[in-house]
Amino acid sequence: MSAESPAELQFENLERQRYAATLGVWVFLGTEVMFFAALITAYTAYRIYFPEAFSQCSHHMERWVATFETASLLTSSLFMVLAVHATKLGRRPAAALFLLLTVLGGLAFLVMHGHEYWTDWREGGLPGRYYHLEEIRAAGAPMFYASYFFTTGLHSLHVLVGIGLICSMIKRTIQGTLTPEKHNLLEGVGLYWHFVDMVWVFLYPLFYLVP
Amino acid sequence: MSSAEEVSYLFAQRGWRSWFFTHDHKRIALLYLAVVSLMLMLAGTFALLLRLELLTPEKTLFEAVTYNRLFTLHGVGMVWLFMIPAIPSVFGNFLLPLMIGAHDVAFPRLNLASWYVYVVGALIVLGAMVAGGTDTGWTFYTPYSTTTPREVIPVLFGVFVIGFSSIMTSLNFIVTTHTLRAEGMGWMRMPLFVWAIYGTSVIQVIATPILGITLSLVALESFLGTGIFDPARGGDPVLFQHLFWFYSHPAVYIMVLPGMGVVSELLPTLCHRPPSSYRSIVYSTFGISFVGFLAWGHHMFVSGMSVVNAAFFGLASMLVAIFTAIKIFSWVSTMYEGEIVFNAPLVYLLGFIFLMVFGGMTGVALATVGLDPHWHDTYFVVAHFHFIMAGPVLLAFLAALHFWFPKMFGKKYSERLSLMGATITFFGFFATFTPQFLLGNMGMPRRYYSYPPKFQWLHVASTMGATVLAAGLVLTLGTLLHALIWGERAAQNPWDSRGYEWDTATPPPEHNYEIIPQITRGPYEPAEPGSARVG
Amino acid sequence: MSTSTGEFFDDYMRHALFLPDQASSFAKSVDHLHYFVILTTFAGGTGVGLAALYFFVRYKRRKGAKPRSPHPLPAALELMFIGVPLALFLLWFAMGISLFKQITTAPDDAMEVYVTAKQWMWEFSYPEGPVSQGVLHVPVGRPVKLLMTSRDVIHSFYVPAFRTKRDVLPGRYTDVWFAAVSPGTYDVYCTQYCGTNHSFMRAQVIAMPQAEYDTWFRNQLRGLARRDDASAPGADGIGHVSSPLREQGEAVAAAHGCFKCHTIDGTPHIGPTWLGMYGRQEVMSDGTHLTVDDPYMTESMMDPEAKIVAGFQPVMPSFQGKLTPLEVAAILEYIKSLDAPGLTARASAGPRYELR
Repeated sequence: MSAESPAELQFENLERQRYAATLGVWVFLGTEVMFFAALITAYTAYRIYFPEAFSQCSHHMERWVATFETASLLTSSLFMVLAVHATKLGRRPAAALFLLLTVLGGLAFLVMHGHEYWTDWREGGLPGRYYHLEEIRAAGAPMFYASYFFTTGLHSLHVLVGIGLICSMIKRTIQGTLTPEKHNLLEGVGLYWHFVDMVWVFLYPLFYLVP
Repeated sequence: MSSAEEVSYLFAQRGWRSWFFTHDHKRIALLYLAVVSLMLMLAGTFALLLRLELLTPEKTLFEAVTYNRLFTLHGVGMVWLFMIPAIPSVFGNFLLPLMIGAHDVAFPRLNLASWYVYVVGALIVLGAMVAGGTDTGWTFYTPYSTTTPREVIPVLFGVFVIGFSSIMTSLNFIVTTHTLRAEGMGWMRMPLFVWAIYGTSVIQVIATPILGITLSLVALESFLGTGIFDPARGGDPVLFQHLFWFYSHPAVYIMVLPGMGVVSELLPTLCHRPPSSYRSIVYSTFGISFVGFLAWGHHMFVSGMSVVNAAFFGLASMLVAIFTAIKIFSWVSTMYEGEIVFNAPLVYLLGFIFLMVFGGMTGVALATVGLDPHWHDTYFVVAHFHFIMAGPVLLAFLAALHFWFPKMFGKKYSERLSLMGATITFFGFFATFTPQFLLGNMGMPRRYYSYPPKFQWLHVASTMGATVLAAGLVLTLGTLLHALIWGERAAQNPWDSRGYEWDTATPPPEHNYEIIPQITRGPYEPAEPGSARVG
Repeated sequence: MSTSTGEFFDDYMRHALFLPDQASSFAKSVDHLHYFVILTTFAGGTGVGLAALYFFVRYKRRKGAKPRSPHPLPAALELMFIGVPLALFLLWFAMGISLFKQITTAPDDAMEVYVTAKQWMWEFSYPEGPVSQGVLHVPVGRPVKLLMTSRDVIHSFYVPAFRTKRDVLPGRYTDVWFAAVSPGTYDVYCTQYCGTNHSFMRAQVIAMPQAEYDTWFRNQLRGLARRDDASAPGADGIGHVSSPLREQGEAVAAAHGCFKCHTIDGTPHIGPTWLGMYGRQEVMSDGTHLTVDDPYMTESMMDPEAKIVAGFQPVMPSFQGKLTPLEVAAILEYIKSLDAPGLTARASAGPRYELR
């Protein structure tokens, strides 16, 4: 897709193409929702089987770190909105800066989350047969950690992919290929990033807050 | 307009790169056709080997382990490598843009990528088979699948990858249907085949992720001993079945809805009249797509399910059957007062309707909850799902292939040989699975390598049917290959069809339409006199 | 229809459909519903098929015929196409669900046998002690309830002649019941794919008249006693011992320290007393009510914290993997024998394992 040609052959105009791109991202996010929905179903099923273990484990999680993680993701989402807005106004330097801040928010999240994983690893809060956390011996605790690692791991993977996408958006902003008229890609990445944050907004209470 | 001289998509560009890096939806469809047909032959060969093994009650050809691997590969191959992708990715790809008056699908590169993803997934599955094979059955029930020493994970991974291919294709179709319909084509002017592909894509996009997660959980369980489905670690093996069937029951409609779309599309053409009720076919597609998500529990009536839950799932299954019944009545009444032509596609369509009627009725009998305990996991169920799912998909695939063969390749095939092929295929199928209903009634469990001798003669009958079926398919393959190479040039619109896809040249030029047509009529209404019609 | 005509019809249909003997109390009801559904659907299906065939012949395209202008389908007809099958489907569904209830709900007075499935065999243990592999002896006319569990993967217990089937799950108990109506030997198949020798996982049910069964059973007990004199308990430590299951249960419970927390005299200790526990209505810590039955007791041994009786602390360790299925059965049988006076025996409700 070159910047000069108005729209790809199959679209009658640029507006159609933008609509198609946005719809495509939405459908894609729909499938993503189903991915996490399956994991949350499994989580819920085991929360009902092992209420005691799940409650002890979620108490054991580092709630404050997670709160900061939430804050950094939400802030980065705000920067993403600002970046899209700046692009629409044609203010490229501002857009690049906002995108950079978005990336930093994402990185901060990953660092904090990595720290959490590292703590769990040291303490032995691991899935399945590798579980050896001394403090919590309730049956079902390994299940909590299995669910925790898989669900948040998949989410972190999404954050990582998002950071990569945003970096390429920074490159495009600097190169000037994202114009006020044509920035489908940025909008798509923006939607994706908001989705990633939304998922975390669901995971955060499930794993850290629900007593 | 000089459409006759216009170069068709087949020869617009030359060289292998122009095929393997093409963005043209029609060429991608042919790439799919090649691979999918190959998979059908492979999985069909496995089936034939299974039937040969079952000729005698004890060992005929293989050991039990080999037999178990073969039925797993037959299931995995047929379900994920043939039936799920077959009609949408071959005919959906080829026809969707043509039928809605578009130059291509919305995301052509994604379309090509999805073919590569599919091929990679298929190679992983086949590679795992060569490397040792798995023996869990295509359902991968836990805790067997997490404890068997045989290699399950590569197969799971292959299926997972193929799932992504389905998601990509479906996303493409959904967006294409929403954004690329030609001017004048409202939703209620879409051809019924487009409706079916659209409905299928929606189910795919919603259900496939659940399968992906479920399979990854099984893989994780084998790697890490997470115990999510393992009762020895506090997990719940039945949760796997819920998650699995939450995907795999809608998957039945993923497989069969496109087939229903083919029938709804072809029958009006071959009967030379509009469908008796366009609306009821469209609405029943909605109904199936929605209620199909609520019926999964009927695969688990004997797993210790409470009467209340059984009642819910039984009722949902009855409702799905109603929507199918509506379609069948619409098809049959479409034949009323028509001018029916007799040819190979029509034989396939009649075969499809026949199998749907009897497969559907045995399905209703199974959903009559109290009857299920006797039939569950016996050959009755095997025969039922081959009648309602496997056979219709196969016949619809062949019907579509015969009907659109001239459109795709611009060649004519031998009418007499194709009629013979169609008839033999249908009777072969019927003869293969009818004895299996009786076997199921007698109590023969499925996935049995060895069986008491009292079942033998019905197994022999079934194997004989399978041989006839194989002969029919080989004849059909030969007929079409012959036509591909030596066939005469086909007419512009050999079926005298009113479908939009025939409005462009046969075979179509590279970008389908020079000018995007304006749609001024319903999909099955005759063209207005004076309107531009090529040919 | 007179009885003999009815029987002739029944017999005729059964042979036409290749159905096996009707050897359980509900087999006839299952078959009758089967005939009704199959005959109706066949009539319907044949009707549709004949209509298609007629239209095909009648409206085959003829050369030179002038095009017809077909009539659209009248709405009334379309409604009928929906209404008639819907009514029939709902009728079958209603009949089917009541039959399902009958098939899955054992009568209160059913005699109980514990079943252990493992790759690739069936083991049947009677509460009084005898154990047999591959052959289940039952008296004719008496409801028999099988309490089943698996040691490895999922199996399924299926007797075609009884028209019933139930999955056998590891770590859980499921049940299936039947009352054989005539003496004979009936095949048992495993119908849930369970590995290499799945198709060899077969057994037999031998139904014998009550008197004959009593003799057989006495011989078993005597045989066990003789074997017990001669040899030490088998490799399992249990199952080959002559004592009734409930006595073994007492020994197992003592060996695993159950009595440190559970009394058998009615006084609550760290855990609820076992006296009269079976069939008791308990209030759970989350306020729900529950009747103590086999599935609940099994669950409490395997996953003690899932449901705690109100007033007790979640302190019980899990016995998952520490007790063999037969030992669990023995403890269950022992607890059941501790009936509080004044309480009537209560049959266990069917286990429910769906997502809660």
